[in-house]
Amino acid sequence: MLQPFLNNEFMRHALYAGVLVSLICAVAGTFVVLRGLAFVGDALAHGVLPGIATALLLGVSGVIGAAAGAAVMMMGVNLVTRKLRLSGDTSVGLLFVGMLALGVMITSRSKSFTGDLTRILFGELLGVRWSQLAWQAAAFVFVGAVAWVCRRPFLLLCVDEGLTESSGFSVKRYHAIMLGLVAVTVVASFQIVGTLLVLGMLIAPSATGALISRRLFTMMVVAAISGSAATYIGLLISYHADLAAGASIVLSAVVIFVVVAAGREVRAALNRRHRNGQDNGQEDELPHQHAHVHI
Amino acid sequence: MTTSIHASALSIGHDGRRVVGDITFDLLPGELLVLIGTNGSGKSTLLKTLAGMLAPISGEVSILGRQPGAMPSRVAFLPQHPVSSHTLPLRAEHVVEMGRYAHLGLLKRSTQIDREIVAQSMERTGVKEFAARALRDLSGGQQQRTHLAQVLARRAEVLLLDEPTAGLDVNGRQSVADLISQERENGVTVVLATHEISDANSATAVMLLAHRVVAIGPPEEALRDEYLRECFGFTQPH
Repeated sequence: MLQPFLNNEFMRHALYAGVLVSLICAVAGTFVVLRGLAFVGDALAHGVLPGIATALLLGVSGVIGAAAGAAVMMMGVNLVTRKLRLSGDTSVGLLFVGMLALGVMITSRSKSFTGDLTRILFGELLGVRWSQLAWQAAAFVFVGAVAWVCRRPFLLLCVDEGLTESSGFSVKRYHAIMLGLVAVTVVASFQIVGTLLVLGMLIAPSATGALISRRLFTMMVVAAISGSAATYIGLLISYHADLAAGASIVLSAVVIFVVVAAGREVRAALNRRHRNGQDNGQEDELPHQHAHVHI
Repeated sequence: MTTSIHASALSIGHDGRRVVGDITFDLLPGELLVLIGTNGSGKSTLLKTLAGMLAPISGEVSILGRQPGAMPSRVAFLPQHPVSSHTLPLRAEHVVEMGRYAHLGLLKRSTQIDREIVAQSMERTGVKEFAARALRDLSGGQQQRTHLAQVLARRAEVLLLDEPTAGLDVNGRQSVADLISQERENGVTVVLATHEISDANSATAVMLLAHRVVAIGPPEEALRDEYLRECFGFTQPH
């Protein structure tokens, strides 16, 4: 179980990177799940593609291109929603497919892009460098700090925008900050798990946290543990079965969610049966007590 | 006595489109204004304007001498059907604690006084008995009581309540009426939007809305048959 990590430096780096992705995604993903921003998260994850492709075409860092792509996506969603009076879903969907198509068009310009495109979409978990780990750790500290400072308006946003505004917090400002955190998370994670799979790490561990937690912080901790466990399991599967590492991790995260959800349902069913049993027991006792009264 | 809410020739609406115009009223501390009208008649728009969430189209409006939205710790707003109620996994007590956020801002730490206020709000609304349960696992009435407790935890001087009795049974509605009475005795001004004409019984003033102000005045004046017929197309049973 530990041998692949003890014997191979690339596996250790992959584990560190996966755990860092789990930590950062646990913070941003908790708000994505609570506020129902999964589609926006998906669009942001795919919206960075043309930015990365353009950056590679110009010989600039893919991270800078991803950040630019995410910024364009966020501004576009806000603009279309406000000016054209379309629902958030429609605006996001339009920009999502538009940006994805643009990304594919740019990458199709050159045959040498084929390998890059695969790396962008599915990540390069088994080739992580120390510099990438440092960048991820810095992104985690930044996202964690901003989320802690903004935890109150973020929580209010998860309950109701009217409550947020009437509590003295600007919905526009804090929604934009929340989207910004999701964008930073996507940019910090895409090199590891890829733009296609980063959404899985944003959603699945946080959804697991939402199933069994009743506090924001606990939800984030459960999400981080669940994501880290998925990273470990996924890497082992990938190593032994020679399967894609990023996909194995994300699938493991989804399986953990399914197992926890099933366990929760079974427990609820057992509790219901136990309660029904007690109720029947009490009903059985009543005639007995009644008989005593008559005697 | 200083006016709590002042509105004069006020026009309200969304994105520059007028929903109701020529609204004029003054409310003093401890007074209750009940807004009655059909869906889309302008009740929620008026409450959102008073809460500072919508800018007035024209006219004057002030709350506690300032423009709406300027004093979130002194004015509390209960929206109609908060959107997350069916999915939020957080405990009811944590949702009530959010009522103190207007006082705490971003960084202030909550104190023992904040915790006592939250506990009292839960006690008064009956939320205490299900405080540890997740909001999404509660019934519609329990969720509504939780949101009401959150509003009370604000300890505001003005309460803007958008259909607070929606989803409550007869006892629940009576409890809300009692809470509003207690708040008014403490000098809190209340504006209440409702579909229930019976909610207006103890009001200082009633405003009948149907994309315009059909009537405004004491209940016995504003709830006359001709106004109700104009507003709803029927009269209240005698």
